[in-house]
Amino acid sequence: MKELSLNILDLAQNSIKAGAKHLSIRLEKRGSWLSVAIADDGVGMSPAFAASAADPFTTTRTTRKVGMGLPLFKLAAEQTGGTFLLESRQASEENPLHGTTVTATFDTNHVDCEPLGDVASTVLALIQGNPELSLTYEFRSETAGQRLSTDEMREILGEEIPLNSPEVLAWAREFLEGETK
Amino acid sequence: MKSLQELAEIRDKMKGKVALREGHNDIRIVVGMATCGIAAGARPVLSTLVEEVEKQGLGSRAIVSQTGCIGICRLEPIVEVFEAGKEKVTYVKMTPEKAKQVVKEHIKGGTPVYEYTIGEK
Repeated sequence: MKELSLNILDLAQNSIKAGAKHLSIRLEKRGSWLSVAIADDGVGMSPAFAASAADPFTTTRTTRKVGMGLPLFKLAAEQTGGTFLLESRQASEENPLHGTTVTATFDTNHVDCEPLGDVASTVLALIQGNPELSLTYEFRSETAGQRLSTDEMREILGEEIPLNSPEVLAWAREFLEGETK
Repeated sequence: MKSLQELAEIRDKMKGKVALREGHNDIRIVVGMATCGIAAGARPVLSTLVEEVEKQGLGSRAIVSQTGCIGICRLEPIVEVFEAGKEKVTYVKMTPEKAKQVVKEHIKGGTPVYEYTIGEK
């Protein structure tokens, strides 16, 4: 991937495929370190699947036997000296909670760190394709912060207007781009 | 800086218009957005398609949606166009520029851009 924002989009698509109703994307910048957390309430993975999920030869794909999403994200983090953590659980009789959280850290000063890239376009692509999803996007740094919640958007827009209406997407692009630039 | 409250203005402006837009989306433009598509550049293709459909005034006729892997990853980004009563058209190795042309000539004009389709070299 050329940008971390593309890895984020890719992993978010996994969440959606896992049936997530809620998805949160959190970015936090401290000094040269960037942490990225993608958390969903999808079906989750079995412990065995989770243990090997970052291995390219583990995949839910049906088109071929190699899945590169998580391995690429893990590599992108580790090649900067950063970390990668995958936590996942499926619902059980004792505990109905389920979902997956992927967290990775990146040293943005490292020569092998992918640029973060166009996160606004990633968030917009997710809203466009999944207007019903409850999506929270957050960015925090020492000096700046930004947050967009589709639940809050929906509260104002009401039920009649889909979040992927062109007018709403245009507003969201300006909202996201206006505050990061 | 944009504020959430501007959405209230959008809501008021759009009242009554949404129903008109729905119902006769007879063209479906589908973008492959799995790892292979995303890595090959599907995201800007998707946003170009969404913007151009609106710009060309085709919002009531065409809808842009996303799917997973279409299965021919080396030809990504792939865009499929489904139109009622017509055969599916598959565009391969798409770019934002090609996407613009497809919206103008195919979705608006009715003639597929054959040089970008899978059958052509």
